[in-house]
Amino acid sequence: MALPQAKQDTTEARLSRLSLPEGGWPEAARRDALTRLRAMGLPNARDEYWKYTRPDTLTAPEAPQAAVLHADETPIFGARDTLTVVFVDGEFDAKASDDLAMSGVTIDRLAGAPDIHWAKDIYGKLETAGQIPVARPLATLNTAFATDGLLIHVTGKAEKPIHFVYRHGSETSDAILHHVVRVDAGAEVTILESGPAAARFNKCMEVDIADGGALHHVRTQGRDHQRRAATHLFARLGTESTFKTFTLTVNGVLTRNEVIVDLTGDDAVAHVAGACLGDGDFHHDDTVFITHDAVNCESRQVFKKVLRNGAVGVFQGKILVKPGAQKTDGYQISQSLLLDDDSQFLAKPELEIYADDVACSHGSTSGGIDDDSLFYLRARGIPRGEAEDLMTIAFIAEAVQEVEDVSLQEEIVERVSAWLARHRR
Amino acid sequence: MLEIKNLHVKLEEEDKAILKGVDLTVEAGKVHAIMGPNGSGKSTLSYVLSGRDGYEVTDGSATLEGEDILEMEPEERAAAGLFLAFQYPVEIPGVGNMTFLRTAVNAQRKARGEEEMSSAEFLKVIREKAKALKIDAEMLKRPVNVGFSGGEKKRNEILQMAMLEPKMCILDETDSGLDVDAMRLVADGVNALRDAGRAFLVITHYQRLLDHIKPDVVHIMANGRIIKTGGPELALEVEERGYEHLLAEAV
Repeated sequence: MALPQAKQDTTEARLSRLSLPEGGWPEAARRDALTRLRAMGLPNARDEYWKYTRPDTLTAPEAPQAAVLHADETPIFGARDTLTVVFVDGEFDAKASDDLAMSGVTIDRLAGAPDIHWAKDIYGKLETAGQIPVARPLATLNTAFATDGLLIHVTGKAEKPIHFVYRHGSETSDAILHHVVRVDAGAEVTILESGPAAARFNKCMEVDIADGGALHHVRTQGRDHQRRAATHLFARLGTESTFKTFTLTVNGVLTRNEVIVDLTGDDAVAHVAGACLGDGDFHHDDTVFITHDAVNCESRQVFKKVLRNGAVGVFQGKILVKPGAQKTDGYQISQSLLLDDDSQFLAKPELEIYADDVACSHGSTSGGIDDDSLFYLRARGIPRGEAEDLMTIAFIAEAVQEVEDVSLQEEIVERVSAWLARHRR
Repeated sequence: MLEIKNLHVKLEEEDKAILKGVDLTVEAGKVHAIMGPNGSGKSTLSYVLSGRDGYEVTDGSATLEGEDILEMEPEERAAAGLFLAFQYPVEIPGVGNMTFLRTAVNAQRKARGEEEMSSAEFLKVIREKAKALKIDAEMLKRPVNVGFSGGEKKRNEILQMAMLEPKMCILDETDSGLDVDAMRLVADGVNALRDAGRAFLVITHYQRLLDHIKPDVVHIMANGRIIKTGGPELALEVEERGYEHLLAEAV
């Protein structure tokens, strides 16, 4: 079917500002992605999958301007012993980054990677598989035009976490990064990500976890408010493997985080969680698609959104249980704490089940702070603002607790407290 | 300590008077008990004094050590020394009991211009006080009242009281849902806090709590008023003969 003219125009206008990086092993994948992108077109407001989030600023030829915030906070995760990799407006900063070497892991950059590379079997491949049944053109655009990214091969237990630090330097920066992570059988790594990245950030991460492997992923997106981000995280899980991802988002006029998980090996575990806090013209969209294609797998989706002053939160989450994926244990919860009448939470939880011996539960709620609890705290002498903050932290606790490392949980809660203190009425 | 004069209160939502002229003075160092049948306004009195929403004071006054408390926010009343042990302590998932108590202690100290308690000092004090109430470390770590039995919740209320060291303690049916042993624990906790500078207002249906917490003065409340005041013997009279004859007397 031919693409509608309007869609074709939007797509070509965007493509006119981009040039396909040439050479090396990714070129074939990039050309294939460009062909696919032209066939599907960039999303617009008429697409069902973009019903609650307007994609126009994400697909516009130029990145809308976004002021750079000079925060007075010390960078999150900064005090940890990590292998730190810094990107400024999407450009690798060698000076600010650590050596890309540690035991248990080999790391290359997408830009300038050797001509024959293990990543060619994953780059664009999980993204392509993730286009069914729903098209994700921004991820395809990413595969075609990503300027850089890291190719991480985890061969054993990683010595320390890898920390991507994304810095925002220019008000009009438009960054496209693509990371590939391969976790070998029995290997384990923690990947941290932090920072606002660019005025507009398109990021894709493809993760392939072999049997018994484990990936813990914790990211924070904040605090530059005018920035825009569209991220895709594609994960394929082998037998008895573990994938846990958590995202904290504070501020941002537009953030769309898509997580697409394919449980392909028996007894695999996938937890996808997120908490976000937004004020005013904040718009945050979590779109998750988990496919159970093996026996006895567990998946959890836990999303909590704190919204005030007209902020909008979106959740589109789906669990697809394929025929034969018996003993599936699926859980999905999405909740919003609406701190006033102007804020909105739009949720579309979905279950699609083709096996008969599964346990899947889902729930979605919206509400304010419980009056009885608030009075109880105040009656003990805790001032209203502080009591509301305590209740808010309690509200997001279930999502934060999806992070296994307690010290990371604490660091996340600290950031949330600081945000609440800044935004107290 | 606490002086209530001609207090009239109605429900905000409906035009329904609950308290119809309560007069009550509780002196420092004393334990006063309020007894009365269901619906007499006992719990409303405790809520109005602690500042819960939903009630409107239409007449009268309430002062704590001479200060008008009715104009204060609930947290200001707490910092001024008022404490309400809830009849139904609220479960707050996600908020750790310990965090809650430390936040409360330090918020009150801050409001009074006192120095905040350090974590080490707080831990030492709370362990001591929890032990006396047979509250174990596990209960302190759990979210506030979540998964606590009825008795544990009430003991947790008394622990909060012990930590916050209020001047005026109101116990709203603290005996409800308690077995004999739990009641004794709670009563011991309360008795340990009795001193010349602190006053108690114990609200209860039954005389049995007053066997353990000996009151100086007993009031009978009915239909939004204190209808009779006497010594501990008044509680015994209620126990023996019920409220009916007192109500009849009052009319």
